[in-house]
Formats: sequence, C-alpha cells, structure tokens
Amino acid sequence: MVLDSVGVQIGSTLILRDVNLEITAGEVVGLFGANGAGKTTALRLIATLIRPAQGSGVVLGADLASPERYDVRRRIGMVGHVPGLFPELTLAENLRYAGRVAGVSLDRVDEVLAAVGLSGAANRLAGASSHGMQRRTEFARELMIDRSLLLLDEPHSALDRDAVDLVEGLIERKAAEGGAVVVVSHDRDRINAIAHRSVELTGGTLT
Amino acid sequence: MTTGFWHQVRAVVDRDLLRERRSGDVLWITIPFGALALLLVPLAVGTDAELLREIGVGMYWVVVMLFGVLVAVGKASRETLPQQDASSLLGLDPAAGFIGRTASSTVLLLAFEVVVGIVAVGLYNIDVLGPGWLILTLSIAAIGLALLGTLTAAIVNSSSAGAALVPLLVAPLSVPLLLGATQAYDGLRYGHAILSWVLLMVAVVVVVAMIGVLAARPLQES
Repeated sequence: MVLDSVGVQIGSTLILRDVNLEITAGEVVGLFGANGAGKTTALRLIATLIRPAQGSGVVLGADLASPERYDVRRRIGMVGHVPGLFPELTLAENLRYAGRVAGVSLDRVDEVLAAVGLSGAANRLAGASSHGMQRRTEFARELMIDRSLLLLDEPHSALDRDAVDLVEGLIERKAAEGGAVVVVSHDRDRINAIAHRSVELTGGTLT
Repeated sequence: MTTGFWHQVRAVVDRDLLRERRSGDVLWITIPFGALALLLVPLAVGTDAELLREIGVGMYWVVVMLFGVLVAVGKASRETLPQQDASSLLGLDPAAGFIGRTASSTVLLLAFEVVVGIVAVGLYNIDVLGPGWLILTLSIAAIGLALLGTLTAAIVNSSSAGAALVPLLVAPLSVPLLLGATQAYDGLRYGHAILSWVLLMVAVVVVVAMIGVLAARPLQES
C-alpha cells in the first residue's frame, strides 16, 4: 500500500495533507495522533471508502482514485471505534449477514464466536450487548472473512484482558500470514509492543 | 447480475425484515397513525355517507403515499456510517443494497396498504371493485413508493442538505403514482379503460428503478 502526497478534504476542510506512507505485506504499523488529528479519516482513506483530493494512492494494487478500488474492498477488514453492527440482530445474525454478503461459508459462525469468547452470547441482540461484546463480534467477523489488510481503530478500547490478548493474537497471525495491519491507538506502549514501526499524525500530516 | 448479486439482495431483504420484526416500527407506529389519519377525515366532514364514499379512495391513497414514503425513507436512511462502511467492506454491491432495501420496503408497504385499506373500506364504505386490478394497482404503488423512498434516502444521505430535500424529491415523483392509482379506481367504478393509468404507474416504477440502480454506486461514493 502506498500513499503519495495524499490530501483528503471533507466539506471545505482539509483533514489530511501531504501524507506519505508505504506499508508492505506482513507489516504491522501503529498510527498515533491526538483527537481530531485525522486518524479515522486516514483509516477510511486506506479502506478505499473515501477518495483523495490531492496526491495518489494504491491499496492492494488498486488506485484510490479509480473504480478498481471497489474490487479490493472485500479484502480489507476494518474494526472502527464505533461498532457497525445492526442492533436489532443478534450477534450470530450479524455474522451470518456479513458472511452471506461476503459470500463465505456460514459454517464458521459458531467457531469464530467461540474464538472470541462469545459462544454463550450468540443469540443476544447486538443492541443489548456491551460495547466490548460488539467489538469482539467485529473481530469475529474479521476471523471469518479472509482479509489481506486489517485496519483497527483503538482495538484495545472497551476490551478486557482476554479480548486484548485475542486481538493481539489476531494481529500477529494476520502479519505472519502475509497480511498488513494498521493499528490506530492512543496507547503508544501497547502498540509499540506489537507494531513493527509507528507513525504519528499531527495536524493532518504524518511525521 | 451474478448469483452473488442476488444472494446479496436476499441477505439485505432478510436483514431489513428481521430488523422490522424486532423493532415493530411499521406495525406499531406507522399503521396505527395511518388508520388514525383516515379516521380524522370523517370526524372533520361529518357523517355524510355519500360524500365519504366519494372521497374515500382519494383519502386512502393520500394516506398511503404520505405514510408509505415515510416508511421507505425511514427504513433506508437508518443505517449509520459504521454500518454502511462495514457493508461496503463486505463487498456489498450498492445496486444490490438498493434493490434489497426496496424489496423489504415493498413488503412492509403492502402490509400497510392492506391493513389501512381494510380500515378505509370500513370507514368510508368504499366498494371493492375489480380485485385483480386492485391487487395489481396496490402492488405497483407499493413498489413505486418503496423505490421512491429508497432513492430519496440515498440522495439525502449523500447530500449535505439532509432531510430538507425529502419533500422536494418525493412530491413530483409521487404525483403520477397517486394520479394513476386514483384514476384506475375511478375507471373501474365508472367503466372506463384503466390500462393507460396502470401503465403510467409502471412507467414511474421503471424510471425510478433504473435511476436507483444506476445511481446507487455514485450516491454511495459521493
């Protein structure tokens, strides 16, 4: 993945400017920054969900400014700070929906729920589940679907010790399999322990 | 459109209907309010049975149009940005999402039309004429309103103008549906040809469906 002098504008505000970043397969990169520095925007840019207003970028071989980026989205996993589950569906139903849309076998739903310690809560509504349980479910989704690039926004937030170990195991495994991982966090010590290198966003620019 | 495309459509339909079954928005809020709206008219105009019968069908369709579009817009616009992002990264084709949301709204609108229709027949003493044509008209209207609401929600979600756009977008496009539905009933009542009115409704459905499918990707990406 390569970002070359990329800028992102939302409305009339330039959120990111002159961002240069290269991430290779098997690499874990930590991304730090203060509130409002543009970390989440950077993740959505790398996820191909927003187009650069300046510069150019290539993610999983797809140009960020061309329609070919739609074809690689299925290979990009993102666990955001705010869970994207449907509150009226159970945790298992959310995973089944994800599996059906992504075209993967639903046989693994029970297995991945067990892997994140949610076997006993499979039939609980997402809206009635804690923030931590919803995040675990999103990690379960990323275990179920084969991704080449994993983007994690504050992955340790709202998680207990067991879940933190699980997330760090997922990151290590993804990197060992040749996938790339970008981890956004405020917790430098924790990220420095698992990331191969770290970059910082300050005022919309990487340093 | 591949098998995967239609699997995605089916997944979105199942998801939306399950969400509705659990939330009960249409069943417990929209349908009672629709019935209440029909009830208010006889209270306003009095107990003139002939007048009520005369205006009954028109009132029924006005209520269906107003509440129907609200159902479809509400259903389609209640996805949060994280939910939209998650679906995009699962590889959901925006056109499949559009068709799936429209199909689930159509099911809900048909239920709304039937229940409110029964209330309208009881309150206004409307004659149920030409059951075959009636079912066809109700179905086309439900599909048209679902398309219109889903497209409007997609436009609103992609625009900074927000919900203020809804009446501006919905009003001109729902008029041909309203006109077609009421004139078709009048045609049955007075023995006039109704095919042209049904075709008008079908034309609206086809045009809005094409716009919705073709614009789904650009609207999502904007």
